[in-house]
Amino acid sequence: MSDILVLLDHTAAGALRAPVRELVTLARTLTDGAVHGAWAVDGAEPDDAALAELGALGVGTVHRLTSDGDLHVAAVLAEALASLVAATGVGTVLATSSFENKEAAAHLALATGAGVVTDADAVERVDGRLVVGKTVFAGTWTTRTAVRTPLAVVTLKANSVTATDAPAPAAPQVVEHATTASAGALRVRLVSRTERPATGRPDLGSANVVVVGGRGTEGDFTQVEELADVLGGAVGATRVATDEGWIGHDAQIGQTGVTVSPRLYIGAGVSGAVHHRGGMQASGTIVAVNSDPDAPIFEIADLGIVGDLRTVLPQAAAELRRLKG
Amino acid sequence: MKIVVCVKHVPDIQSDRRIADGRTVRDGGDGTLNELDENALEAALALVEAAGEGEVVVVTVGPDDAVDAVRKGLQMGADAGVHVVDDAVAGSDALGTARVLAAAVARVGEVDLVVTGMAGLDGLTSLVPSALAALLDVPALPLAATLEVDAGVVRVTRNLDHATEVLEAPLPALVSVTDQTNEPRYPNFKGIMSARKKPVETLTLADLGLDAALVGTSGAWTEVLESAPRPAREDRVLINDTGDAGVRLAAFLVENQLA
Repeated sequence: MSDILVLLDHTAAGALRAPVRELVTLARTLTDGAVHGAWAVDGAEPDDAALAELGALGVGTVHRLTSDGDLHVAAVLAEALASLVAATGVGTVLATSSFENKEAAAHLALATGAGVVTDADAVERVDGRLVVGKTVFAGTWTTRTAVRTPLAVVTLKANSVTATDAPAPAAPQVVEHATTASAGALRVRLVSRTERPATGRPDLGSANVVVVGGRGTEGDFTQVEELADVLGGAVGATRVATDEGWIGHDAQIGQTGVTVSPRLYIGAGVSGAVHHRGGMQASGTIVAVNSDPDAPIFEIADLGIVGDLRTVLPQAAAELRRLKG
Repeated sequence: MKIVVCVKHVPDIQSDRRIADGRTVRDGGDGTLNELDENALEAALALVEAAGEGEVVVVTVGPDDAVDAVRKGLQMGADAGVHVVDDAVAGSDALGTARVLAAAVARVGEVDLVVTGMAGLDGLTSLVPSALAALLDVPALPLAATLEVDAGVVRVTRNLDHATEVLEAPLPALVSVTDQTNEPRYPNFKGIMSARKKPVETLTLADLGLDAALVGTSGAWTEVLESAPRPAREDRVLINDTGDAGVRLAAFLVENQLA
C-alpha cells in the first residue's frame, strides 16, 4: 500500500496541534508503508518537542515545506502539497478539518485529480480503496463514501480517532522541500494575520469536553466557565450569545460556526435550534440544562435536566471537585 | 461591475431531509434557497449599489425546482438568472458541481466578481467556492466576514479557528461570505413583481460545451456507498431539578467516565 502524507497543523510557536496526533494514528492503520509529515514553514519551525512527538507517533519523515509564496494562502499551500505528493508518491493526504485545510483540499484535489472528502469521522481501506465515514444533514444521517481515484484527500474531524503512539517509535528525518508558487496563486495577498491569544483552555474545535452557554445564561458565562474549567473543557456559545456580544464570535458553535464533536457536550440555557444542532449533534454524550422543558435540545440529550443553570452548574462543579478530592 | 452569485436550492433544514441511492432527495417540495446564499446575494447587491452601477446575475445548477432559488435572488434585486438543468448533472460530487458552475460563470462572461455562500447547508463540504475559483483561474477569498472593492482590488477579513486574516486580490476574483457578513434583505412587493419580467436562461451541459462524462455520477471522484439516518439516542434520561440535579449530573459524568 502506498505511503501517506499528513499535513502537520501547528501553532505559531511551532508546537503540534492535538488533532494531528489523531491523523497520524489513523494514517498508520491505512498503510503498511511510511507515514510522511508535511510541515508548512509559515514562520514557525517544528520545535524539538514536536519532532519527538511525531517520532513517537511513527512519522518517519518530516518534510520541511517552504514556498516563495505565503503558505497561509490556500492556493499556495495546495501547490506546495501537490509538489510534495508528486515527490513522495503518496496515495493519501490527510489533514484536519479546519476551514483553511478544506480550502487547500479543494485546490489540491483539482490540481492532482484526487477525490476529496471533508469532515470525515472514520476512514478505512476496503479492497484497496479508501472508504470514508461522515455525518450529513446536521449530524442526523451517516454516510460511507468511497474515493474512486488513485489519490485521496481526506480531512478528518477532531475527536474521531483515539490517538496512540506507534509500537516502534522513530526518529523522524527532516527533509527540505522547497517549492515555487505559480503567478495565479500569488494573486492572493495575505495583508495581515493576527493569531488569537491563547485562553488557557483547550481549542474549541478539538476539545474533548465542551460546555456551551446560550440565551439562558442572560449574558453571564461565569457558571459555564467554572464547569468547563473543572472538566478541563472548552467554552462555546450559541449564535444568540455571540450576537448579543456576551462572548466572541469565535466561540459560536453551529453549521456556520465551529463544528464540535467532543466526547462530552454540555449545553446550558441552550434551546437547540437546528443551526446549533448542526454544529454539535455528532458529539458523543450530550447533556442539556434548561429551565424550559420544551426546549428541542432535550430531544437529542442523553441526560436532560430541567432546571436553572445558575444552581445546577455550580452544584455540579462543586460536587466534581469534591469527588476528585 | 458585473457580479455572479452562485446559489443552491437545498432541502429546508427544518424538513425531514433524506438520501436515496447516494443522492440527496431534492424533489420533496420543501426545497429552498440555501440560507447562506442570501448573504451572498446581499453582499453582491450592496456592492453594486455602493458602486452606483453594475449588474448581478444569479447562477444555479439543479433539477427543475432549483429555478426557485434563482427566482428568490431576482426578487431580492438581482438582474438576471441562469439555471443549468441536465439529468447528467445528478450525482455530481462537490468538484463536479464546481465544474458545471465554472462553465456557467464563464458563459456569463466579463465577470468581475463571483460571490457564493460559505457552504451549502446540505452537504456542507465547503469545497465548491475554492474549487470554483481554481477552475475559473481567479483568486479565492473565502469566508469573508467583511468585504470591500476599491480600485479593482477586493479585500476581505476572515475569522478562522486560530486567527483573523485580511486577504486582498485583484479582480476578477471569487469571495465566499458567512452569515456574519450582512443581514440579507427581504424581497418587497415591487421586487417580487419585477422579478417576473427578469430573464432566466435555462441551459444544458451541451449548451455549456461541457462533457457529461466529467460531471454527474460518471465524473464523480467519490461515490456514496451507504447512507442511513443516525440511530436515535437510547437510554435518554430527563430529570426535573428538585435541588440535587447538579450532584446527579456530576455522578452521571463520573459513572460514564466523562469526568
